[in-house]
Amino acid sequence: MAGILVYALHDDEGNFNKNSLGAISEAAKLAAELGAEAGVVVVGDVSDEAAAGLGAYGAKKVHRAKEVPEGLAQPVVDVMAKVIVDDGYSYALFGGGLLGFEVGAGLTARLNAGVTMEVTQVKVADGKLVAERPVLQDSAIVDVGYVDEPGIIIGRLNAFDLSEGDGGSAEVVDVDVELSDWSTKAKMVQRGEARGEDVNIEDADILVGGGRGLGKAEGFELAEALAGALGGAVAATRAVVDAGWYPYAAQIGQTGKTVAPKLYLAAGISGAIQHKVGMQNSENILAINKDPNAPIFEFADLGVVGDLHKILPKLTEAVQAKKGG
Amino acid sequence: MKICCLVKEVPDAAVQKRIDDSTKRLDRSGEKNLNPFDTHAIEAAMQLKEGGELAIDEVVAVTMGPQTAVRALHKAVALGADRSVHLTDAALEGSDVCATGYALAKVLESESPDLVLLGQQSDDGECYTIGAVVADHLKMPSLTQVIKMDVADGKLRLERQAEYGYDTVEVELPAVISVGDAINEPRYPSLKAIMGAKKKQLDTRGASDVSIEADRVGEQGSRTTVLEINPPPQKEGGEIIEDEDTNETVEKLVAWLEERKLL
Repeated sequence: MAGILVYALHDDEGNFNKNSLGAISEAAKLAAELGAEAGVVVVGDVSDEAAAGLGAYGAKKVHRAKEVPEGLAQPVVDVMAKVIVDDGYSYALFGGGLLGFEVGAGLTARLNAGVTMEVTQVKVADGKLVAERPVLQDSAIVDVGYVDEPGIIIGRLNAFDLSEGDGGSAEVVDVDVELSDWSTKAKMVQRGEARGEDVNIEDADILVGGGRGLGKAEGFELAEALAGALGGAVAATRAVVDAGWYPYAAQIGQTGKTVAPKLYLAAGISGAIQHKVGMQNSENILAINKDPNAPIFEFADLGVVGDLHKILPKLTEAVQAKKGG
Repeated sequence: MKICCLVKEVPDAAVQKRIDDSTKRLDRSGEKNLNPFDTHAIEAAMQLKEGGELAIDEVVAVTMGPQTAVRALHKAVALGADRSVHLTDAALEGSDVCATGYALAKVLESESPDLVLLGQQSDDGECYTIGAVVADHLKMPSLTQVIKMDVADGKLRLERQAEYGYDTVEVELPAVISVGDAINEPRYPSLKAIMGAKKKQLDTRGASDVSIEADRVGEQGSRTTVLEINPPPQKEGGEIIEDEDTNETVEKLVAWLEERKLL
């Protein structure tokens, strides 16, 4: 069987990750073309009902390793490697996300398997999967094939659309896996700590996104003033969140949120892929950056090359005047 | 104890990156900078060494690449590494992620490090994955994209951002850790360190020196093949304004926003 195996990540409350569910939908679609089935691996505390419920997205079989902790990659590598070998899966597919990268990479080493990262599309050619991957700041798209099975495909964030199929129920099988020595040498002390205040950016029609170009944490005052004038909210890149300039809840991109507001005003954001994947579906993108070579200008609808410390205050004033008048 | 820092050369940001049509490989001729993320890995190694909580005897910079990659090693040594190892062999050219990770693991194995540090990503392709590939080959625990690293009871206490917020993870040594740029502020090398870098020990190793199986590396040993390279779907480029007169720029922006009913 040329099946496709997906890893479904979940939080501590048992909610599955949207990108994982998208990967299951994609795997089910591709498996149908290959005349095969999509399977899923889940680890940790997942109820029978929740596991079987993954059938709604097209999974036929869910391999559950109850005793294996969720949240770190290497134990999942142990589980997936065993399931791939025992059940003869031909491919492993991951939705975008940090853990998927790590698990996929670990499987590459363990199974001496080819891997393709940041995949935006997968197609079937001659009964095999071919992964499409944009490279060089998305200036070229490379079609990657696999010399042998299994092949590992790691999707870009939001690459795979979630679709609920016929609502069938998946068969749930428990798997016993002996973890590798080294997989037990990393231990989660605390998982999923939210830092900083909670802000809601997903429902805002207008977002002012701030990046390193704001210069320092205080630079966000400019973004907040403009967002206030526009009646929107402030979002941030991972770089500035990790640097402690703005709360995690406002972060867009690979390990943050995905948004699609009516207006995304990017202030001092270079537009790296990891950020782009979280906001590229915004209706209107306006970018202000002092670096004319910033990748953001390649997908912004309007770009301004200039100093945002000069432009933002004046723009805020002008918007206030317009709205007040 | 020994820390190995994996480093690599990447293209200068100003150099237009391209794929060579004949080989379907990235044209690496414009490469000359040490991957910025790797400078954070070296700084993290230096802070561990200077911190004294672990008895670090030496920090060794390791790279794989053509002859010119010694420049990355010189920079790594100028930033504080004690010596360096250069894995270079025509047989390694064209290696994919699977083959590269295997080759790097073999050269690291020959050094028996207690800790391997590397930058979490490079802007030339193999983003996020190499650390985890190397770790599984070396049978070591691993964590990628780490932004805080402390030592507690001989173990590493690490923090990183994952899908649901910040995770704190305790990792036993030996381990493979990739770091993000928020972990530290790399120091500037002193003039003396730059001048002295070329005098530090640099060992060159071929594939067979570190027991790399020839059929697992290079284009022949790679597990993926590039079938086609295509331009992306055409997207209409947006308008670009150079801000010369800010009042004028702001007027244009307001008009643009109004036109789209965003005010």
